[in-house]
Amino acid sequence: MNAILALENLRVEYRNREWGRTSRVAVDGLNLEVFRGEVFGFLGPNGAGKTTTLNVLLGFTPASCGAAYLFGVNVREPIARRRIGYLPELTYYYKFLTAEELLRFYARIFHLSSAETERRIDAVLALVELQSARRQPIRTYSKGMQQRVGLAQALINEPELLILDEPTSGLDPLGRMKVRTIIQRLKNEGKTVFFSSHELGEVETVCDRVAILHQGVLKAAGRVDDLARQYQGNLEQVFLKVIGYHDND
Amino acid sequence: MINAWAVALVVIKELYRRKDFYVLFILTALITLMLGALNFFNDRQIARYLKEICLLLIWLSALAIAVVTSARQIPAERENRTIFPLLAKPITRAQVVAGKFLGCWLACGLVLAVFYLFFVVISGSREHLWPLANYFQAIWLHWWMLAVVIAMTLLGSVVFSAPSANVTISMLVVIGILLLGRHLHQVALRLTEPGQTILSVLYFALPHLEFFDVRDLIIHDWGLIPWSILGLATLYAAGYTALFLTAAWLVFRRQNLN
Repeated sequence: MNAILALENLRVEYRNREWGRTSRVAVDGLNLEVFRGEVFGFLGPNGAGKTTTLNVLLGFTPASCGAAYLFGVNVREPIARRRIGYLPELTYYYKFLTAEELLRFYARIFHLSSAETERRIDAVLALVELQSARRQPIRTYSKGMQQRVGLAQALINEPELLILDEPTSGLDPLGRMKVRTIIQRLKNEGKTVFFSSHELGEVETVCDRVAILHQGVLKAAGRVDDLARQYQGNLEQVFLKVIGYHDND
Repeated sequence: MINAWAVALVVIKELYRRKDFYVLFILTALITLMLGALNFFNDRQIARYLKEICLLLIWLSALAIAVVTSARQIPAERENRTIFPLLAKPITRAQVVAGKFLGCWLACGLVLAVFYLFFVVISGSREHLWPLANYFQAIWLHWWMLAVVIAMTLLGSVVFSAPSANVTISMLVVIGILLLGRHLHQVALRLTEPGQTILSVLYFALPHLEFFDVRDLIIHDWGLIPWSILGLATLYAAGYTALFLTAAWLVFRRQNLN
């Protein structure tokens, strides 16, 4: 089975200019494969290297060593991003545009025809329940609505792989539930979802497989059930054991 | 090209939804009012003097809009983090730079069109002279001069981290070239080595923006510039624009956006 997302011996070093030649290793020797139709949870405490890994996958940060591939194409090639959708951790969109205009802009980058663009705009806005606010400027949206417009832009090209960075970060319980429902729906449609999250309960609910990263190194990876059996506990307990945290109380 | 055009449309949309466009209209209205005083005392000298002031205002306003608009493009994308969802799409950094340039240049073209339209209409209705070919040459060269300025400022925006520093430096460089550019070689000839060589190299390396300042063509109703010269000036501006944009891309493509 061909992996649609693959990391091969990935290493990312950040040079600290203020301190001369010293550098910090953010990710070290990471090997990972994600297959079609999977919902894959990418876990780790703050500073573990999750966002750095996503940045390499999306071409924002170059790898110091090793390589990353999307659909078998090296991520340094923009064409590798043709079949993916990306939702950043916090919502960053042009606030002077309306949701409709934003989606039209991104659709143009995917070279969609006008008719196809309109069809997809209608479909994704219906999915994220933003039809009534489609002509309002994004600056007037609540945080939850902005997160949902983010999901809409990530889905505008009907991606085969969705990369979500903390998709429920900072949302209220209702907002989280809506995002979770959308992920579940995408999973049912056979989409591949790769997402980083701190919400272990949520990950346990929707993910087929998970990987746990700690200090830039992959500590564990596998099916949620298998890991639970191996470490004798739920995902939260697995996570704490894997990163070496021991509660003495 | 489609990707660059998509980025350019967002730049134009941003410009007319921000306050800049309203400032433009206020300035245009001011220019219009000044032109209303044309033929004051029925003195042709005063009319020319006022035309000169109006054109200077147009030049300064267009320059300010071009520099301020282009200086904030890429830094604002990074600061607001809108660059991340954008670059996660199948778009290259070269296309982003090209789109930003195209958007700023077309927006400045619209600004120039509005300014000169008012100027032409009011000046023409007062003086009953319609030297449209002269106006075309002046606007055309002005627009190409702005292309060089925008490309240079975009390069500055990927080199300097603060947009304010970039605006100040770009403005100083542009005004410096406009005021002193033509005299550099004469000054160089009076210097001893190595100052003479350094200043001569600078003279030949700098884009001579003053070549594009043909306001006198309108103020004094001078004859047309030969069209071949106009063509060469266009190529000269296009060359420098391409050079600055390539440099901007080379710097931007290596930048770590994390």
